[in-house]
Amino acid sequence: MDNEVAVATGDAMEHVEYVESDANPSGDTVGNVKSDDAFISAEDVNVYYGDNHAIKNVTLEIGRQQVIALIGPSGCGKSTFLRCLNRMNDSIDSARVTGRITLDGEDIYAKNLDPVLLRARVGIVFQKPNPFPKTIYENVAYGPRIHGLAANRSELDQIVHTSLERAGLLKEVKDRLDEPGTSLSGGQQQRLCIARTIAVNPEVILMDEPCSALDPIATAKIEDLIDELSENYAIIIVTHSMQQAARVSQRVAYFHLGKLIEVDETSRIFTNPQHKLTEDYITGRIG
Amino acid sequence: MPATTLSILLAAIAGAAFFLGKQRAFAVAGGPGNITKLHSLPGYHGYFAILCALLPSMLILVLWLVVEPRVLTALTIQSLPDAQRSMAPSELDLLVNNIRNLAAGDVVAGEVNAVLTNASQRIQELQETSRRLLAVTCIGIALLGATVAWRRISRAFRARNQVESVITGLLIAASSIAILTTLGIVMSVLFEAIRFFREVPLTDFLFGLEWSPQTAIRADQVGSSGSFGAVPLFTGTLLITAIAMFVAVPVGLMTAIFLAEYSSKRIRDVAKPLLEILAGIPTVVYGFFAALTVAPAIRNAGEAVGISVASESALAAGLVMGIMIIPLVSSLSDDAINAVPRAMRDGALGLGSTRSETMKRVILPAALPGIVGGILLAVSRAIGETMIVVMAAGLSANLTANPFEAVTTVTVQIVTLLVGDQEFDSAKTLAAFALGLILFVVTLGLNVVGLRVVRKYREQYD
Repeated sequence: MDNEVAVATGDAMEHVEYVESDANPSGDTVGNVKSDDAFISAEDVNVYYGDNHAIKNVTLEIGRQQVIALIGPSGCGKSTFLRCLNRMNDSIDSARVTGRITLDGEDIYAKNLDPVLLRARVGIVFQKPNPFPKTIYENVAYGPRIHGLAANRSELDQIVHTSLERAGLLKEVKDRLDEPGTSLSGGQQQRLCIARTIAVNPEVILMDEPCSALDPIATAKIEDLIDELSENYAIIIVTHSMQQAARVSQRVAYFHLGKLIEVDETSRIFTNPQHKLTEDYITGRIG
Repeated sequence: MPATTLSILLAAIAGAAFFLGKQRAFAVAGGPGNITKLHSLPGYHGYFAILCALLPSMLILVLWLVVEPRVLTALTIQSLPDAQRSMAPSELDLLVNNIRNLAAGDVVAGEVNAVLTNASQRIQELQETSRRLLAVTCIGIALLGATVAWRRISRAFRARNQVESVITGLLIAASSIAILTTLGIVMSVLFEAIRFFREVPLTDFLFGLEWSPQTAIRADQVGSSGSFGAVPLFTGTLLITAIAMFVAVPVGLMTAIFLAEYSSKRIRDVAKPLLEILAGIPTVVYGFFAALTVAPAIRNAGEAVGISVASESALAAGLVMGIMIIPLVSSLSDDAINAVPRAMRDGALGLGSTRSETMKRVILPAALPGIVGGILLAVSRAIGETMIVVMAAGLSANLTANPFEAVTTVTVQIVTLLVGDQEFDSAKTLAAFALGLILFVVTLGLNVVGLRVVRKYREQYD
């Protein structure tokens, strides 16, 4: 792994120039891919969709109780990378993943690892709110039910209430738990999806552009929620909004054409990007 | 003038109208360089001229051919001697028929006498005059139409819009043919059924327990008066439909689930066309498969375990009908399952559910309305299915729920009532229309409900 992590913080201050058409030819990532207290670590990860090489040699560590934002232009592979972390790519026939990803030291692509159980540990919130066509209560109770987390009805009630409360939704829906989840507004639906995710007590939450379908007020609520949740979970968020990345994350990873170009602390990425591509993207020269 | 000559002439007029119209349009514009000064391109002026030439003359042609026989008949009758003119209407009809046959050179019933020969000559003369007149009228109107169109061509003339509205009209006419035909069929079934219900009370028909439609064909014939209690037919239909759905729904649904969620793309690419082949087998083939293979096999199996099974059993017909309906159920369920958004699957999988949990708890509940709609359509198909039951279910109208006995269905009885020599106004044949009406109402109802459910469900996710 160490040979991949070529650029450490020491020599990172010098500005590296790259031509855009041949981005990062050495495949090295600028910045600091390491994290203290690494909880998830990806090593040399490559993803292929058929012949399309979507992720190229990505190495990245993510710590506990850390919010890391994945940014980059459309089609750069940030969502693909995200979906590798709970093996959601398994459901795509043509997708192939190589390399090694560990969660708390355990290889999640190991033969004897059950992806179904993995997904209970690594929850995911999608771009578009996708509540099930069930009641609000049943939406949240879905996960605990299938994983047998509640021994009886009152325990289940407890889980549902706690989850809704932690998702900041309880006040708004406590009198209408038996109404369909789809009757909520977009922002409420997204918080319902977050409540549904935390109801199964995951260790990591993946968020794939969770606010891109929401208005600014709903977005602000979700961002506050991310702050609160980061006390308990590692959160990996894909976002198109650099302001959002700046507001919610401690670290930022910049992807470009399937490669991880630069990872660093949020403040440093936005104030002093070291890679030309990162700088171009942040200053708005790459869309 | 023969019809071919007339059509060739009309086509020639149309062609000429097109070219002249187009040319005049160019001329009005002031040469090909200035066509932007025209409201419509020259081609549209040409098409407009064609339409003006052909549409009215075609209309006249069709009307003429509809009205001509009536007028000719009336004129012929007028020219007959008094003795024949004062005959009873039915005999007169017969005579006119003979005259026509003689004129057309067909076989004539009875002997050919002077009256007949004269009248047939007369009708031939009239026909020739009529055709000549028709040709002249048609060509005249076509020329007139073309001239009118030619004169209307100007820079401001909106030929393009005119052509557009004529095309709209043609499309409406085409679609109304199908609708009017349906309406006509419904009306004819309805009126015949009403005639039937004048002879047999509606309540006897709907609630009577005995079906034995044999009636005396002629007044002097000895025969039973017939009894038209349709309940055994309804129960027979329901029994066979129930057996069919018992086979088709689970198998079709599971096939759909497998194809939509579990199979790899390669398997799906092979299996789907194969299922469609199953749907494409003619029902008559299923019919003899049921009658010659399945029914004896069931009877033998029944004998082996000591159950007496009729050689034509409801079970055989129902099983084979169920197999026939599998593709319908599976393809409609497949549509419903695929219409559930991918986000729903991802959401369930992302929470750590297995594929079958995702299917059972999220996708099937979401797809249920669509699946139910599909099943309703399949039921309506099963109720209306004829060939398999004609060949495999038998004719005896038993009031039974035992699938090993022979039963008969509404469709089978309609077939048997109308096959063979029958007067078409006896209660026996009219009963077919009454049964048809019931069948139509039931399947229409199922289709309306089914389609509505399917459509409503589709809207939900689009």
